[in-house]
Amino acid sequence: MTTTPERARVQPPPSAVDTVTLTSETARGAGRVPRWVLKTISPIVLIALWQLLSGVGVLEDDTLASPLTVVQTAAGMWADGSLQSAVVTSVIRVLAGLGVGLVAAVVLATLAGLFRRGEDIIDAPMQMLRTVPVIGLIPLLIIWFGIDEEPKIILVGLAVTFPLYLNLYGGIRNVDSSLVEAARTLGLGWFGQVRHVILPSAMPQFLIGLRYALGTAWLALVFGETINATSGIGYEMNKAREFFATDIIVVCLALYAILGLVADMIVRGLERGLLSWRPAFSGR
Amino acid sequence: MATGVQRQVKAVEVRGLTRSFGDRAVIDDLDLDIEPGQFVALLGASGCGKSTLLRILADLDRDVSGQVTVPRRRAVGFQAPRLMPWKKVWRNVVLGLPGKPDRERAVAALTEVGLAHRVDVWPKVLSGGEAQRAALARALVREPDLLLLDEPFSALDALTRITARGLVDEVWQRHGCAVLLVTHDVEEALALADRVLVMQDGKIGYDSPVEIDRPRDVTDPEFQRLRAELLARLGVH
Repeated sequence: MTTTPERARVQPPPSAVDTVTLTSETARGAGRVPRWVLKTISPIVLIALWQLLSGVGVLEDDTLASPLTVVQTAAGMWADGSLQSAVVTSVIRVLAGLGVGLVAAVVLATLAGLFRRGEDIIDAPMQMLRTVPVIGLIPLLIIWFGIDEEPKIILVGLAVTFPLYLNLYGGIRNVDSSLVEAARTLGLGWFGQVRHVILPSAMPQFLIGLRYALGTAWLALVFGETINATSGIGYEMNKAREFFATDIIVVCLALYAILGLVADMIVRGLERGLLSWRPAFSGR
Repeated sequence: MATGVQRQVKAVEVRGLTRSFGDRAVIDDLDLDIEPGQFVALLGASGCGKSTLLRILADLDRDVSGQVTVPRRRAVGFQAPRLMPWKKVWRNVVLGLPGKPDRERAVAALTEVGLAHRVDVWPKVLSGGEAQRAALARALVREPDLLLLDEPFSALDALTRITARGLVDEVWQRHGCAVLLVTHDVEEALALADRVLVMQDGKIGYDSPVEIDRPRDVTDPEFQRLRAELLARLGVH
């Protein structure tokens, strides 16, 4: 075990190897502030800053009401019932429009998706119409339907029809033809194939369309309600504008945001229930 | 003649079948008979039309001329399991059967292929071999008179393939249905079939019985002889 001089020369001195100690990701982050704390802190800081700017008079109430005022206003609107009635009116409009659009989209997409003749007749006009900005139709809708509930519901309906149609149609057309073939060898007829293969297979894509449609539904409602309405969240907002009541405007914006979030949660719940067969969907 | 013509009942009777894609006749005036209960393996080079023939017998391709008679009760096993991912395994098995989905029937069929513990899972959870066995259960639950298998083992790993092959052999002996197995694998054909066919130029170019006692031994001289002959037929030397 004696080291010969030659060998000693070949061996590099131990200090020549530059090593690093590898730590795991989790160990490295252990001593730090948890992520959820960071995520919560930044909005709180923003709101505090907003309150501070309002308090020192940089932000005047006519420009933007302070957070505290907004909360007080919301409480007041809740107490006199105007908040609830506005929310109920708006939600009913969205639901009615969504219902109309859902029926129209499902019927049209099913016909266009399942039948080549349906595609020829329906798909081309749908692809043309979808390029028309729905909001641009408001003047026509007012001329046709006046300023009652119809134009608002139809506006929402139109806004949801296109995303729903495009996604359901696409979903039907993307069905794996080998599964349809297998269903045929199992003795399933046309209706059986539609029910057991084509529609379930189009469901994920349809739900994406539904989620997108709910977003556009609220957007259409905001426009519909701010332009001509005598009730609803948008009406409250518009009325507040005339009195520079920025507190009410912020309350209304918050309501829209909350309702949008709730709608999104409902669709996520639907996805979890209807798409549980997909291991890719972790649903965390 | 006095006793009258006794017409033999066949499981499959094909006369003058032609199927063209464009100008090319992939199947060209083909005749084929399969006896009830017979296990037939169909070999052939890639693109020779053997899968097309199977699809025609499965009634998935009607763009043909000629006469094709097949049993009313048929079942097909594909290269991929083709289970509906949105239906639990047992519902896949009884899909397409008349009446309400019969869970007990599905469980019995799944038990037969050794999947009694996988009745209530989603198909995506199954391994490749399990999914293929579930597809076999789905075929068998229909009690077919003709089972069409299109390279059902080719996507499986070598070990799983051996067990799957054994399973097909076992259920065939129990059910006694006629089987047409399309395969690339000469040894697979010789291990399972009563009769091997080689498709060439759109026809059955070679047709030989396999008279080797079961269970078959690859070292059997007859096995070796047929294997060499089939490989030569398929252009492998």
